[in-house]
Amino acid sequence: MIEVLHTLSRLAMVSFLLRLLLHLAIAVSFPPLLLGIIGKVKAFFGGRVGPPVLQPYRDLLRLFRKGFVFSRTTTWVFRAGPVVGLITVALAMVLMPLGSHRAPLAFGGDVLVFAGLLGLGRFFTVAAALDTGSSFEGMGAAREATFSALAEPGLFLGLMVLVRHATGASLDLMLSTEGTARAWEATPGALVMVAVSFFALLLVENSRIPVDDPATHLELTMIHEVMVLDHSGPAFGLIQYGAALKLFVFASLVVNVAFPVTTGNPEADWVLFLGAVVALAMGVGVLESTMARLRLLHVPRLLVASSILSVFGIILGS
Amino acid sequence: MTEPTSVTTWNGGSVRLAEVPPLPIERFLAALEEAVTDGARVCSLFALPQEGGPLCLVAVLAFDDDGELAVFRSEPGVTAWPSLTLTCPQVHLFERELSEAWGLTPEGHPWLKPVRFAPPRRERGEPRPAAGVIDFYRVEGDEVHEVGVGPVHAGIIEPGHFRFQCHGEEVLHLELSLGYQHRGVERALVGGPNPRSLHYAQTLAGDTSVGHALAYCELLESLSACEVPARAQALRAIALELERLANHTGDLGALAGDIGFLPTASFCGRLRGDFLNLTAELCGSRFGRNFVRPGGVAFDLDAKRVSKLLERLERALSETREAVQLLWSAASVQVRFEETGILSQEDAVSLGVVGLAARASGLARDVRKDQPAGLYRFKQLTVPVLSVGDVYARARLRQLELERSGIFVRELLSALPPGPVKATVGPLSVQTLAVSLVEGWRGEICHVACTDAAGRFASYKVVDPSFHNWSALLLAMRGQQISDFPLCNKSFNLSYCGFDL
Repeated sequence: MIEVLHTLSRLAMVSFLLRLLLHLAIAVSFPPLLLGIIGKVKAFFGGRVGPPVLQPYRDLLRLFRKGFVFSRTTTWVFRAGPVVGLITVALAMVLMPLGSHRAPLAFGGDVLVFAGLLGLGRFFTVAAALDTGSSFEGMGAAREATFSALAEPGLFLGLMVLVRHATGASLDLMLSTEGTARAWEATPGALVMVAVSFFALLLVENSRIPVDDPATHLELTMIHEVMVLDHSGPAFGLIQYGAALKLFVFASLVVNVAFPVTTGNPEADWVLFLGAVVALAMGVGVLESTMARLRLLHVPRLLVASSILSVFGIILGS
Repeated sequence: MTEPTSVTTWNGGSVRLAEVPPLPIERFLAALEEAVTDGARVCSLFALPQEGGPLCLVAVLAFDDDGELAVFRSEPGVTAWPSLTLTCPQVHLFERELSEAWGLTPEGHPWLKPVRFAPPRRERGEPRPAAGVIDFYRVEGDEVHEVGVGPVHAGIIEPGHFRFQCHGEEVLHLELSLGYQHRGVERALVGGPNPRSLHYAQTLAGDTSVGHALAYCELLESLSACEVPARAQALRAIALELERLANHTGDLGALAGDIGFLPTASFCGRLRGDFLNLTAELCGSRFGRNFVRPGGVAFDLDAKRVSKLLERLERALSETREAVQLLWSAASVQVRFEETGILSQEDAVSLGVVGLAARASGLARDVRKDQPAGLYRFKQLTVPVLSVGDVYARARLRQLELERSGIFVRELLSALPPGPVKATVGPLSVQTLAVSLVEGWRGEICHVACTDAAGRFASYKVVDPSFHNWSALLLAMRGQQISDFPLCNKSFNLSYCGFDL
């Protein structure tokens, strides 16, 4: 999108920049709301009032006002973990189109960069966890590494279905409403498979039930949470915010595939898209409220099933 | 005919110490071994200081089929003996305890470590050793790693240190170190009874206040030959069953919480409070503190409160039934519960496991049925038993017991016997040993007291069900996933302070 800038008139450029700013502002400010919505839905199912929907924002503010506590046994790797974790997710977010709104940055093959960024962020989170030398965090790191390795095929296989009908190998072309709408027309069955597979990925990548329990206090059962136990204050805030952003990125991924609807009006499209993301968050909340966690040994089965669904998508789509 | 090796008594009975034949230590051990081979359980094994200092060992064994207890005693002056643990594993902790508290030596004990990190009883001035600072069993190997959890935990639970030897996610061995809450209650009770004794007894394990208070009071009544009025016995049984209802409900909720199953977790958390409030209606304390008193109970129930209790009980029971039903109808819950943390019946027998954990592994052990005392002599409860011994069995059994106890309390409330609620407890008989067993919600609570020549406690021995059952949890964890530990632990839900005393 950026390479076309110089061909635009001055007025068009201002309006383009404004749209870009709005896009980024929404992508930056909206994610914590999703956590609040999930929490509210879970509270509703538990017969409680629950914390306000805006509580995650307050939690972040509170964390950013605190000081750091660093263990003497840790090195720079431990401090780099949260920073790299957030930066990589933020860059991945830039590559992701939001409904009919094109990605701020797109180029052929950025799919690989997208997966690579998520991988890099994860590598640093895992490395920071190992850096503490705690046996819990080592366990969590081992789990995270295993499960994410199994999750990646699902992502790529799903994108393979989409790329067949896209005009190029960028996330923007594959996932923006235009691209997915065309794919839905050609092979609806395959797209259903991909949407379900991506939803499973969302649950795994964001440590939601049935894979992980973000609300548990039991360190022996955690996957993601146990890796960040030693982080505190603003560093922990970065992690929490990064987690919200990641949830938003994956929710966009699912909504782009499952709900490629556009009205033609950009403002209405924002409402539509964010509404769909909120609905998805509520869906996650309902799922978390009505289902128990999987036994840790059974998580790979879920991941393999998600990959298999994508393979079916490829078969159906060919 | 050979001369008897023991004296037979029953739950709530007492025997003159002089009547218990002192056996040479070899015969004492052989008699224990023989009895255990015949199916007896070791309820209690402790050292009794004699006049002038030498110690004799005293054992209380339960013959559940006959509803009888047998008291064995060794000759005084015991200092060492060939460890019985090798042939009779259920005494392993008792022997460790004897070694720690009295400096006695069970020779050849396979794992002679401190139990509570308490200073030896005879050297009162000694500083207390630091709890948990000791070598643990280690598995060596390239891919084996060690995980230590506690004594400070993430949840609001009691302190205890767990040391896992893991291969990946699989637990090869788990060892437990307790003693962080050792308060020396048994020692503090010696010289009693005094006004503080009841308080000591009912705070032995905070969630089993009624159970332990009942065991203590039944001991006093046995020692003073006090007949508790029928109405008091009914009220005591109601309090005991309400304690069971509250704790089982809370446990089912906590089990659901551990696997992230919100509906049951949230509802049972509240319903536990409802049952606790029923106990508060009875005596003003949600945990039943100070309700059970020597000779009876502290408060009577009038007809108005009975009908109020009945109505609230009914509502809480039906809501609990609904909340728990959600557990059994969710496939995702079943798959977590089933075949997790299996305690085999063989292990349960050899470790002398009691209570709910035993009944989930196919052993129909229940003091209320086997060794009834108080009201349970007249009213029999059906005791549900499941055979698999996994988390599912322990969870399901809790629900079945909820149903049974609910019906039982309802029956008792609707037909309370008339009369007074308290009798006077006279002076205690001298140089007598008394045993009382109570089926608390976890299992058998065993209190044994011996009085001296002045009718004061010369020794007071408490065995909480957790004392037997912690070892069962450790065995059940072998070969399990370490991520399933919280779930297994919760399915036993043992007491730390009840063990630490």
